[in-house]
This record gives sequence, structure tokens and C-alpha cells, in this order.
Amino acid sequence: MPLPTPFHSRTAALCESYEWRDWSGFLAAATYEPTHEREYFAIRNSAALIDVSPLYKYDINGRDASRLVNKIITRDVSSMEIGQIYYSPWCDEGGHMIDDGTIWRLGEDHFRITAADPSLRWFQDCGFGFEVRVSDVSRNLATLALQGPNARALLNEVVDELDLAELKYYRLAQGRMADFPVTITRTGFTGDLGYEIWVAVGNAESTWDVLMEAGQSYGLLPAGMVALDIARIEAGLLLIEVDYISSFKALIESRKSSPYEAGLGWTVSETKDRFVGQKALTAEREKGSKWALVGLHVDWPELEKLFAFHDLPPQVSGRASRAAVPIYNDKNRQVGQVTSSTFSPVGKRSIGLATVESDFARIGTELQIEITVEYTRRLCLARVVETPFYDPPQKRS
Amino acid sequence: MANKYDVIVIGGGHNGLVTAAYLARAGKRVLVLEQRYLVGGATVTEEIYPGFNYTVMSYVVSLLRPEIIRDLKLAQHGLVILPLESTLTPLLDGRYLYRDGDHFRSMDSIAQFSARDAEAYDEYGRTMYFMAKAVKYILGIIPPDPARLQPRDLTGLLSLARHTLGLSDRDLHMLAKLMTMSAADFVERWFEAEPLKATLSASGIIGTYMGPRSPGTAYVLLHHYMGEIDGQFRAWGFAKGGTGGIANAIARSALSLGVEIRTEARVAEVIVKKGRAAGVALEDGEEILADVVASSLDPKRTFLQLVDPVLLPDELLQAAERFNIRGSSAKVNLALDALPELACKPGNGRHMAGAISISPSLDYMEEAYDDAKYGDFSRRPYIDIIFPSMIDPGMAPPGKHVMSCFVQYAPYQLREGTWEEKREALGDAVVDTLAEYFPNIKDLMLHRQVVTPLDIEEMTGLTQGNIFQGELTLSQLFFLRPAPGYAQYRTPIRGYYVCGSASHPGGGITGAPGRLAALEILRDGI
Amino acid sequence: MSESYDVIVIGAGLNGLVTAAYLAKAGRRVLVLESRPIIGGLAATEEPFPGFKFNTGAHDSGMFSQQIFQDLGLSGQELTFYESPAAVHSPQPDGASITLWRDIEKSQAAIEKRSPRDASRFPEYLAQMERVRRLVYQVIERSPPIFSDVTFSQLWPWASVGWQLRRSGKKEMMETLRVLPLPVRDFLDEWFEDEALKGLLAVPALTGGMPGPYAAGTTFMLHYQHLGKVGGGYRTGRFLAGGIGQLSEALAQVAREAGAEIRTAAVVDHILLDGDRARGVALVEGEAIASQVVASSLDPRTSFFRLIGGANLMPHFMREVRNIRYQGTTARVNLALSDLPSFVGVSDANQLSGYIVYAPSLEYLERAADAVKYGRISERPVLEAIIPSLLDPSLAPERQHAMSITVQYAPYELEQGDWQEERERLGDQVVSLLSEIAPDLPQLILNRQVITPADYEHNFGLTEGHIFHGQMHLDQLFFMRPITGWANYGTPFENFFLCGSGTHPGGGLTGMPGYLASREILKA
Repeated sequence: MPLPTPFHSRTAALCESYEWRDWSGFLAAATYEPTHEREYFAIRNSAALIDVSPLYKYDINGRDASRLVNKIITRDVSSMEIGQIYYSPWCDEGGHMIDDGTIWRLGEDHFRITAADPSLRWFQDCGFGFEVRVSDVSRNLATLALQGPNARALLNEVVDELDLAELKYYRLAQGRMADFPVTITRTGFTGDLGYEIWVAVGNAESTWDVLMEAGQSYGLLPAGMVALDIARIEAGLLLIEVDYISSFKALIESRKSSPYEAGLGWTVSETKDRFVGQKALTAEREKGSKWALVGLHVDWPELEKLFAFHDLPPQVSGRASRAAVPIYNDKNRQVGQVTSSTFSPVGKRSIGLATVESDFARIGTELQIEITVEYTRRLCLARVVETPFYDPPQKRS
Repeated sequence: MANKYDVIVIGGGHNGLVTAAYLARAGKRVLVLEQRYLVGGATVTEEIYPGFNYTVMSYVVSLLRPEIIRDLKLAQHGLVILPLESTLTPLLDGRYLYRDGDHFRSMDSIAQFSARDAEAYDEYGRTMYFMAKAVKYILGIIPPDPARLQPRDLTGLLSLARHTLGLSDRDLHMLAKLMTMSAADFVERWFEAEPLKATLSASGIIGTYMGPRSPGTAYVLLHHYMGEIDGQFRAWGFAKGGTGGIANAIARSALSLGVEIRTEARVAEVIVKKGRAAGVALEDGEEILADVVASSLDPKRTFLQLVDPVLLPDELLQAAERFNIRGSSAKVNLALDALPELACKPGNGRHMAGAISISPSLDYMEEAYDDAKYGDFSRRPYIDIIFPSMIDPGMAPPGKHVMSCFVQYAPYQLREGTWEEKREALGDAVVDTLAEYFPNIKDLMLHRQVVTPLDIEEMTGLTQGNIFQGELTLSQLFFLRPAPGYAQYRTPIRGYYVCGSASHPGGGITGAPGRLAALEILRDGI
Repeated sequence: MSESYDVIVIGAGLNGLVTAAYLAKAGRRVLVLESRPIIGGLAATEEPFPGFKFNTGAHDSGMFSQQIFQDLGLSGQELTFYESPAAVHSPQPDGASITLWRDIEKSQAAIEKRSPRDASRFPEYLAQMERVRRLVYQVIERSPPIFSDVTFSQLWPWASVGWQLRRSGKKEMMETLRVLPLPVRDFLDEWFEDEALKGLLAVPALTGGMPGPYAAGTTFMLHYQHLGKVGGGYRTGRFLAGGIGQLSEALAQVAREAGAEIRTAAVVDHILLDGDRARGVALVEGEAIASQVVASSLDPRTSFFRLIGGANLMPHFMREVRNIRYQGTTARVNLALSDLPSFVGVSDANQLSGYIVYAPSLEYLERAADAVKYGRISERPVLEAIIPSLLDPSLAPERQHAMSITVQYAPYELEQGDWQEERERLGDQVVSLLSEIAPDLPQLILNRQVITPADYEHNFGLTEGHIFHGQMHLDQLFFMRPITGWANYGTPFENFFLCGSGTHPGGGLTGMPGYLASREILKA
């Protein structure tokens, strides 16, 4: 049975739908209202509050902290500034992704890494021989994501000792809320303007209350996993165990992915010193990757045609799908699969994240995606496009 | 003589019954001879105390080959295997380790002892999955004769194993280690928390006269993991009606296929004519003829008692003599007036329907072995407990319970005294140990049955009461089981076969030796 | 950076010297760096008390490979070997004793008094040991195959082993495969009935901190200890005049003659890396020495964790190295004696010319081994003593004697107390036990030296004081030594090799790890 998060007294009271998901052993609301639509549009139009406490969090302290972080992740943190945040995956020795998350530099010798899976043992073992201490702070910190165009204005109203206009994309700052300290990071999983607020577990409920209270004038709604999933696909963000499988969990070799294959080649440093997976990744860079991660637009007129054949309007689910769907080339050979797909409410089209053979990854490539129309399997035209699918200016400004 | 069969199977334990059923399924006329009044051998359920059904010897099942369940239609014949999902390791300091199918809660429970272990638990589980996959393949094949292998065959075998099993180099390496390590050393590659290490390595010592630190026990540990890959992760189960339910289902299936089963029929010797098995003579003098005789007994009986030694080569006689078959476990079955209270987790709950393992630390387990290896029963034994009546209410009257305690170590050969004298002392040691964890247990006891290794031997004919019909050690596995060069179920006497746990792949309620033996007998075209 | 070498060998123990000699003879420019003031490591002979000389580790030279001896031309060195007439003398607590001799009939006569059955089986036992020895030797003298890329060419050298095994007959092969993993108790039980005989025969099976005789794999060690020659059935009993250190000196001489340099008191701090490639070493004093290849004869954990540096290791590899089990359990007590002690059952001083053991039964050995599982020193340890000065007067002043006692089990990691406190207590315990079988011994002691596992670690750089550079349990042998996937003397670091006892075939003065490593280095 999943455990309550530090916000449970508040989220449970609001969870009208009674629909919960198990996120790393914690209860996470799938939706609060009976349908997710208002929650999704709060993310895109006003502001949404999402309980993301189940994320794992690790602190790395000590003289060799930056050397250790550089050994773990694929990006190079040697020139990272204090207060800066990176997004990066990390790999096993075979160059296959284990997990991905954000890496914060809290001080010269102090970093924090957020992760989807428990990682203490891995980080500690990577740190063997270094002068560092790796500690699990997952259960000490409660976290809320405040996402949406109104997030900054709302947060400025409740946070003291900090001007959020100064806080740039992928930076962090300390401030106060009511009578307790908060850490604010300008990060999120929605691809919109947004912040994440990190507080001691004892202050979790007050944080929620303060934000919900002030949020009334900003259109703030609590949002659940369903809305978040749509937003993150629109933002082109990968989800572990959906868009790629952690190499620690893959039962067969072919299920593993490298950062290059997951569209994260940009995170792999070509210059830094020894890191886990370096040899394999260097070899892959020279040889080329077998797979690539791409964004797909499903051709809407063709989709309409397929349904029209049965006198039906196009049927698309309002929710994102995590069921893998095969993709074919024009010769009817399977060349990959869509791993996440959704109807984009802002873009008004069906979109998906897909892993395809790298020959088929060029922007504009036409592929065929399998869809089910009235119990029959059909193929529908889809095109490789740039991600993110939705990239509003306020995300970075 | 009118009574002529195609095959006589000696011994109506689960393997003998499986052999008989497979042979009958292929159209053979088969007779099973069982010395006791009921079939099952060590897989029996008996009402020793009125209203209370004891799983007298074996008590859980994880390894019964699914193809046997399918081929012999055991479900139709009454076999239901109920899930036994959880394992709780109580400690005397009030803490406990609890693991079940709920991944994150199990991790939480482990994390109170070690956060690293909680994370390592997943990796360990995956490693065991791959190991079990590889070994399942080994269990399913007839052992090759290495003396006939060419290096080229060896490369072939290895690459076949790699490709068909999809094993990585790391898995292959681990497999080699697993074959040679001690269970304790093996689990210590991942873990540091004592109750976890002890409980995991306990699987490596069950039915084996070795301690968790004895090299070779890691393989036994895997042997007990095998069931987990056929179904969901933890496939331990409890047969409805106790393990006797398994034997009864196989027997019913065999009967429906035309097998004849005679109980209270004790075989005195195998009749050999012109170097060929021709039938058996019973102790009462009756002779029954058959073209083939298959013995599901252990090698000491199969080779040293049932046939004239002059018919067998010296090397086989020697091998049978030194076959290690030391009995080291006992069983204590209790009839209880009510469910006892676990001090560290009082009250009823689903944990009481799972296994409760008295295995607080590796040192505890090893000390238990230290007592035993010099010929005493463990003063504080390892005990694996289940409450069959919590899983199958039919096992005890309403509101009352039966408690099945598998106890290790209780060596067959005592340094001093006899088991007749020591039986109740062993029972007391077990109940005293239980009382540390279940404070009210002594008040609830209605009846106690102590089954010593000697009792197991006397009841079932298992030499020394060894539940595996021979220890699962490197020197007695695969192509060395039951004897070097005789691992393919045939014996030097034509028409005389082995089909019990003493043959490859070994003990446990798998049915695999019985099935593989039947297939070999059929291959010989009797 | 000073001048550059082709190969730097770290450690001038037996294997380091063998590696250096082979490489130098192959024309490589070799530098050997030894941290101690003298060479030899555990194959040295030292003089802790004036006039009394003791071997640092093994006494027997019988395991040393004859092939290496010939390849390196050691017969040209001044080495005098001698064999002891007695193999072993085993006094019993009840005042009786057994002596085994090089002369089998004499041994049989000694056994006969206790068990005629055992006496009659003894020759066949030795013959069987000899047959297994030959098969095991085949395995020892080759680099292990690397499991992960089994190719035909890789297995080719092993084809002849297969052929040998097959030629030796199916029965023999099956028998070898069956007995090697057996507990030595089971193996000896199959042969003999006399507990005292079985107890003494089992002592070599426990060499190097093996578990007790009830544990699987000890039969392998029994045969391993008889690799050179089965002899009288107890080790080889082949010694070197002047002590085992003469062998190391001779190897050093051969290496020097071939152009190798050997520097003592040169402590390597770390290996210089260029990415994942070794390019030399840095000494503790700061000097950096460049080389094409670095070969470490130190144990794997020291080599990787200290010399390469844990921070440079990838996590899974680090875990494998961390998982190598060490836990040394062997201690040494050296006694300078004013006279030869009177052991019970001795009528002829020659009875003491080989080994003297206190091992009255298999159960005694097993109980001694129990203690280490819980971090305790055996209350009654297993003793294996030797008085080489009896046959080699150069080792002690006239009429006086140097007696060296190997003590098991004394765990590196003590549950209570530390070795500083326990060292002399262990010495007292050993002397007290010895006085049971040699009552006058305590009065004859002029000087005593106790070397604990902690001392072995401190003085010789042996991780956890393990004299074999890692336990030789079955799972740490062959292609699993030092770790699976890296049994071919290579490492994840280019041009960095291992050549010590931590590699196949393992500890003991065989020289084989050094020889096999040198071949791999020359291939690279």
C-alpha cells in the first residue's frame, strides 16, 4: 500500500476523483477533479500546484563533490556556478542510461541530485575513493511544483527575501515563506514558466496552504499526474520506464538506451575527465547510434480519413498514453515505436515521442504509425518534427 | 504368472508417482509399490491429532514443474497451490523484517536496517532471476557426460547458453560464483543487514548439513529460487490440503491414466534375470514381473539393498556408499488452541499467512550449524514457520490452528544418546526458541509432534531422513548425481532405472527427476 | 620525470621477481621497486635475533615450478636443496604420536600401530594423490580462459588439458572432478579411519586461511599444496640451504644479469595514469618514474584501491574488487631456542626434520576454524612448526635452534580488542599449547617473535594480512581470480597488469602467477 506524502492531508481533502497513482510507493493524485481538463489548462493558462514529493533527492558534500558529480553524470559541472542547475542523465559502464534528473550546485563543495529511482547505493559506490558524503534527503524534503504563466507573480507575493524576476531558468535561490525557509528552483516538468519549492517536511502543509490561499487570485488549481503527463509530452520531456528503461531494470540488453539514443546527446561531455560510461559513449559517438528519439506529428487529415471510412469522427483519448505503438517505414518494415503519445490540447493534434532507427530520425521523415480504428489495425501517416511540441516564451524569459 | 507389468515403480513418493503417470500416459502398464499405508513419501498430510492436519514433513512448494501440472492435468485432479506471499523475520529487540509482493513497503522494511540494502534488493532479485533462468535450463536437460565432451562442444555449449538464455558476461560469471560460494558470502556481495542476510541465506541450508558459511550452499539457495521465474516474482506456495494434496493429485492423475498403486507393499529385492531387471520380490514373498523396474529410492537402497552387489561395478557400489545423505533437519508440528501472538508484531494479519523465519543473523544460523556439526541438535535452531490453517482453513477446526515448524539443525547421527531419548528435548528446544518470539505459545499448545531425522527415515525410508535424498553439493550434482557416470537415470542393470530425488536435478517437490526418468525410460523403447 | 623503462614491476616478492626475470630475459628494460629494505617478500629469510634466521612465509620450495627453474637457468645459481627424511611428526594429546616419512614403508609401519587398515591403504592414497596432482598441474600452468569471449583459439591451449584428462581415463577424470570440491574431511573419511592420521593429513588443506576441513574446497587446497610432488604425503619437504630467501636472491640475480634493476626501500605511492593508461609510477618521496608497462605483484585490492586509486575505478569493477574476500587468519610465531625441545614420541631426532603439527583430529581442526567466523582467535589453534636448523645449521648458532610455527586461526579482524594487545597473548597461548607436546620448550626460549595478520598487512602490504593475496576458496580461483572477467592478468587500465598471488593460480611459492603474467605482458 502506498504511503502518504507530506501534503497528503491537503491533497486527500481535494481529491474528488478518488483516483490515485502509486509513484515510487507514494500516493499521487491522478486527477483532483473528475476530469483533468481544468488542471491541464491551469498549467498552460494560469497556474497549477503539483505535489512532486516522491522524487528522490541526494546531497553530495565534501572536497571532491564536483569530481564525484562529474564521474556520475554525463554533463560537465566543472564550470557550473553556485546556484545553477543542470539537467542530465547518468549511465552505467556500458553507456546506458540509469536515470535522469536535475543537478544543483548549492555550494562550492555541495551538490544535490534529484532522481526518479533510489540511487544512494549507486552514488556512494561511484564515490568510492573520493572525499565526499552522499546522503539521502528524500524523506526530509517536501516538494511542490508551481507551474504556469502566473507562477512568478503568485510566488513573488508569498516569498520574501527574494525577487523571482531575478531567478533565471535552471537557477535556484533561497527565500522565506511565512516563517520558514524555502528553496526555489526554476525548474519543472511542464515546459512552461514554473518553479519547484523545496521545504522541510514539517513545513509542507503550511506551504501548501499559503500557496493555495494566495493562488485564488491567480487561477491556481492543484493538478494531478494526468495533466502533468500531457504537459510533459508537449514539452518533449522523457519519462523513465516509459520513454526509456533504466539499464538497472532492463531484463534484456536491447531494452537499454544511451543518451544519444534518447535524444540527450547534448548532455554528453566530450571533454571532461573520466566518467561512468565514457568509453562506451565515445565509441558510440564515433560509430553512430542505432536508435534516435524523435517527436512525431500524426497527420490529422489522414487520421480523419481513416475514421471517416467507418463514418466516425476521429477518436483520440483525452489522456496521454504510455502504451508502446509500432512505427513502420514506407516499405512496411517496423522501424521503431511510439512510447508516449497524447492529443495536445493547445496544439490540437496528436503528438508522440518515439524511438526510431537513426536513419529515420531526420526532421520531416514520413513514417507510418499503427492506430486502431473500429477494431482494425491501420497505418496512419506521421512526420518527424522538432521537440518541444510546445515551447512558450515565458518558459525561459 | 499372470501379473506382468511393463513397469514397476518402487516408491510412491511424488517422483515415483510422476514417473508412473508419465509412463502410463505413454500407454504403459504400470504398477507403483508403496511400503506405507498412504502414498506421498515425504509429501504427506496426516491427521495426527484429531481435527488437525499436519504437513508432517515437507510443507511448502515452489518448484513443482509447471509442465507436470499441465501434462498430468493436476488441477483437474484437485491440486490447488495457494500463494504464500510474505516472509517475516522477527527479532528479539522488537523490530522485524517483513517482505512481500509490495515492492516499496518491502524496501522500507529493509531500509530500517540498511538503506543500501533496500536498493541492493532489486539488483539481487534481478541477478537471481537470471541465475534461475540459467539453472532452470540445466534442470530441464539430461546432464551431458563431460568425459565425452570436446572443447569444441564446450564452446558450443557456452555460446548456446549465452544466446538462448540471453545471459550477459556478468551473469555467466555470477553463475560460476554461485556454484562455488557459500550462501553467506554470496548474499554479502549485496547486503549488510543481518536479518536480511540470514533469511536469504537460509534457503541455502535447507535440507543440507552445511552452514550458511559453508562453500557450496549458494547453489542450494538458487535451487529454492527456481519457482520464481515461472509465475510472478515470489512463487512460493502452499498446496491446498498440505503437501499431501500434491501427492494425492498426482496419484489421482496416475490412477486415471491406468496406473495401479499398491500400498503396504514392501519390496525386498529386484529380480534380475540374465543381467536384466525382470520384476520385484515383495517381503511377503510375492513376486511381480515387469520389463522395467524404476526405483525412486535413494542410491543406498537402490544399489546396496535392492540388488545383489555382484551385479554392479565396484565404482558404483563405492559411489553409493559414500553418497552424502546426511539428515540434518527435523519438523515440529503443533496443534494450537488459537493463533499465537508475535511479540514484535502482535495481532492477526496477512503476515501470519506467510512464512515466519527465525533467522535473526548469520551468526545465529552459523552457531546453529556449529552445534550440529559435532553431533548435537542446535540449541537455538533456525526455524521456518508457517500456519497452514491460516492459508487453508480446512487444516484445523474453526478458530484453532496448526503450526508447521521446519527445524534445522537436527543431525541424524547424534554424538551422544539416541533420537528416542532426545526427541522431546529437541521439541523443547524448538518450543523454547519459539516462545522467545511468540510469548504465549506454550499456553496454546494442544499437541506437539516432533519428527526427527530418524522418524523421517523410519516413516518414509529416506536414508538418514535427508529430505533431498542426498545433499545438493557440488560433488553430487548434475553429471555426478547420483553417481559419476550414472546421471542419465540408467543403471548398469538393463531395465533398472532410478527416478527419485537422488537423481538429477535433485530434491525438493519438483517432480523433475521423475519426469526426466520417465522420458529416458520411454526413449529406451521398452 | 626520471628515465623511462619498458616495465616497472611493483614488489620484489617471488612472483614480482619471476615476472621481472622473464621480461628482462626477453630483452625488456625492467625496474623492480620493493618497499621493504630487502627483497623476497614472503619468500625471504630474515634474522630478527642475531644468529637466528627465519623464513618470512613459506619454508618449502617444493611447489616452485621446475619449468621456471629451467627457463631462468636457476640451476646455474648456487642453490642447495635438501629433503627432510621425515615428512611430518604429529604428537598427540595422549602422549602417542605419528611420524610420516619420505620412506613409505616407514610411514606404513607408523600408521600400522594405530590402524592396519589405514596402513594398507596409505600407498594407494599416495598414488591417487599423485594422479590428481598431475591433472591439477595441467590447470595451474595455463592462463585461465576468459569466459566472456570464449573463442576456439582461446580454448585451444585447454584442448590438451581435456586430452590429458581423457587420456587419463574417464574414471580418473570423473574422480578428479568429484573430489576437488569435496570437504577434505569427506575426502579423508573415504580413505582412512584413524582420527589422528586424518587430522595431520588435513593440515596442508587449511593453508592460507582456508575454512575448516568440513568446508568444500579444502580438498582442492590439499592437492594444490602437493603440486610439486606428493612426497611422503605431507607437503613436499624440499628445503633450501640458507632458507627460502636464497631462492629470491637467485631470482634477483638472474634478473639483474639480464639487465633488470632492483631498488629496495622504494615505496610506490600511486600509479601514474594518462586517462585509462598507465604511464609509470610515483614514489612516496615524490619521484616519478615513467614506463611503458606497470605490473603490480601486490594483492589486487592494494593494487587497485591504493595504487590506481579507488576514485579512478568504475563502480561495478570497484564492487568486484571490494568483494574479494581476504580476512587473513594465519599468524607466525618464531622462537629462538637454546636447545632442541623434547617432543613426545620422539626417539630419533630425524622425526623432527620435517614438519611438526598439532592437529590431533579433523574435529580439532574444525573447532579451531570455528572461532574466526565470529572474529575470535582459536582457543586451541592448529600449529604447524618447523625446525629447519636441525638439518641446516647455518640458520642458528651452534647447538641452538630456530623454530618457526604457523598458527591458525587468528583472524585479522578481531571482534574484541586489537592486535597490539593480543599479539603477545597469542604468543603465550602458542607456547603453552606447545608445552603440552614438548614440555621443556618454554625453558628453552631465548627470544620470541609473533607476527599477526595485522603485522603481515603492515609489514608486507598484504590486505588484511592474507598471505595468499585473497582467499583461495573455489569461487576465488581459476577464471574467478582475482575477479571474473579479469583473470588474464590484464586490468581495465591499459598497460597495467597484475602478476602476484592474487591472480591465477594463486598463493604459495609456485612462481606461476609471475610466469603467466610475464607471458601476457609480452603478448601485449
